[in-house]
Amino acid sequence: MNQPAQSLTRQSHRSLFPYLFTALFLFAIIDSWQRAGIDPKVLFETKGRESLWKFLAGMFPPDLSWNFLSLMLRPTLETIQISLWGTVIAVMIGFPLGLLGTNNLIVRGILNEAELQGAPLRRSLRYAIYLSARGILSLFRCIPEFVWAFMFVRAVGLGPFPGVLAIGVAYGGMLGKVYSEIFEGVNYRPLEALQSLGANKLQIFFYGWFPQALPNFASYTLYRWECAVRASAILGLVGAGGLGQQIEISMRMFNFNEVLTILIILFLMVAAVDYLSAKVRALL
Amino acid sequence: MVKTWDTTPAAKQRVAAKSILKNLLILSFVIGFLVWSYRGAGIQLSQLFSRDSFEQILIYVKKLFPPDLSAVVLHEALKGSMETFAISFMGTLMAVVIALSTVLFASRNLIYSGLLYEMEPKQGWKRTARMLPYLAAKSPLNILRTIPEMVWALIFVFLVGLGSFAGVLALGVHTGGVLGKLFGEVLEDVDNQPIESLQATGANRLQILFYGIVPQVLPQFISYILYRWEVNIRVAAVLGLVGAGGLGQRIHIAISLFLENQLLTFLIFIYILVTVADYLSSYLRRKLI
Repeated sequence: MNQPAQSLTRQSHRSLFPYLFTALFLFAIIDSWQRAGIDPKVLFETKGRESLWKFLAGMFPPDLSWNFLSLMLRPTLETIQISLWGTVIAVMIGFPLGLLGTNNLIVRGILNEAELQGAPLRRSLRYAIYLSARGILSLFRCIPEFVWAFMFVRAVGLGPFPGVLAIGVAYGGMLGKVYSEIFEGVNYRPLEALQSLGANKLQIFFYGWFPQALPNFASYTLYRWECAVRASAILGLVGAGGLGQQIEISMRMFNFNEVLTILIILFLMVAAVDYLSAKVRALL
Repeated sequence: MVKTWDTTPAAKQRVAAKSILKNLLILSFVIGFLVWSYRGAGIQLSQLFSRDSFEQILIYVKKLFPPDLSAVVLHEALKGSMETFAISFMGTLMAVVIALSTVLFASRNLIYSGLLYEMEPKQGWKRTARMLPYLAAKSPLNILRTIPEMVWALIFVFLVGLGSFAGVLALGVHTGGVLGKLFGEVLEDVDNQPIESLQATGANRLQILFYGIVPQVLPQFISYILYRWEVNIRVAAVLGLVGAGGLGQRIHIAISLFLENQLLTFLIFIYILVTVADYLSSYLRRKLI
């Protein structure tokens, strides 16, 4: 008897949602249209048409002269170098913080249940460590890598190094979060088996915990490296080295054929990295 | 007894030595790669972890506090946040329009192969003619997707001038390519059984599309759109660094003019905006799907 009544109330509750949603959606469209200054005719007016034509005509043919290509070789390599060390630093930041931010490694779970049973002070201390690790990770993560790059350019000067730091910090936050999620998702049985054998905490961690998490770790880190290549290619737009800096220079000088060349290089580089990463992942 | 595997100790040793050698080779390759990158990227970790730079960072962090919460800055930050929201919203909407208008041509099973066309001769000019729109839709989508949003933003700033409109176009074009690819994959993965039963009742292709395919793919489409919107609000917050409006533009100005207290305010607003967007998106996902 109870069942149909419940479903009825739910239905009447649900029936309001579409109207509300539609109204808000329409309002958002109208408001955003004005707020974002959308003006499609800009693209079709004489000026817009002219600059579009200038851009498209300027792009072809791409500048494939040996002179320019050899100039681009260094930024291309630099992009890969930035992404690589950015990822290394991200792992160096993300791994320890991810460990500290894993609830069942620090506060709860079989590693701690005997130790923290009757010790509220120690327990709250551990909890504070856990929370602050999580907080730092979320802080690193929520500021976009572009803003990090811009701030690091201020701190350490122009060049690839701020790019490395920006990727390291921003991706460190993301990696740390995912690492702790992987750690929290491990199977408990091997850990309990190890504990019942009398293994100490370090042994439980290295023989029970770590081997389970390692494949996921490696594959997610590889995925982040792929993302880092894309990111480091454009971080240069704010002065952090790599190909992005060249794109900006060429755009500013209206050398659109160079822009096209760089975009082609970017495409080839990303494709090569994806291929390489897929190969490595198949090995794992 | 047939010997299937060489298990003599000598053979085992050989295998072990070989795998150790292989691992060493990989390890040395990775280390070489890292060293090469370390030098190329001009990294000075020792400098970073030195006392001097630590103090410098501390000074910078101290300068960030307290955040500038004066009415003018708050108003500006609020305006920037609304603008960022507007850019991400309109950009995603534009992307959906681009993706939906091309995706029907960009999925193989709708345009030239699979169940819908199995009655037609495999080879022939008709099939080739059908492949043309596929290629004509697929390759532009790939190009849109390959060029990063920030580069699109630079291009559109040149084409339509500084401001949010360039940001909307940049997001719309890039995300259009991404959604086109994702939608196409969803369409190519549809379950064939409903289509087959519709076909058996004599439905034509348009009817099959609307009654057999669209109901299957719609939830996944919505889910992808919401996911890309979440991504876009993060991107829209930084598009301003290349002159495409939103909070990024305020951040750019604040960093360039050394107004660190204002910078912190804007960063707090980015955090709030992204968090709210995440909640809203997960709420809508629960409601709509």
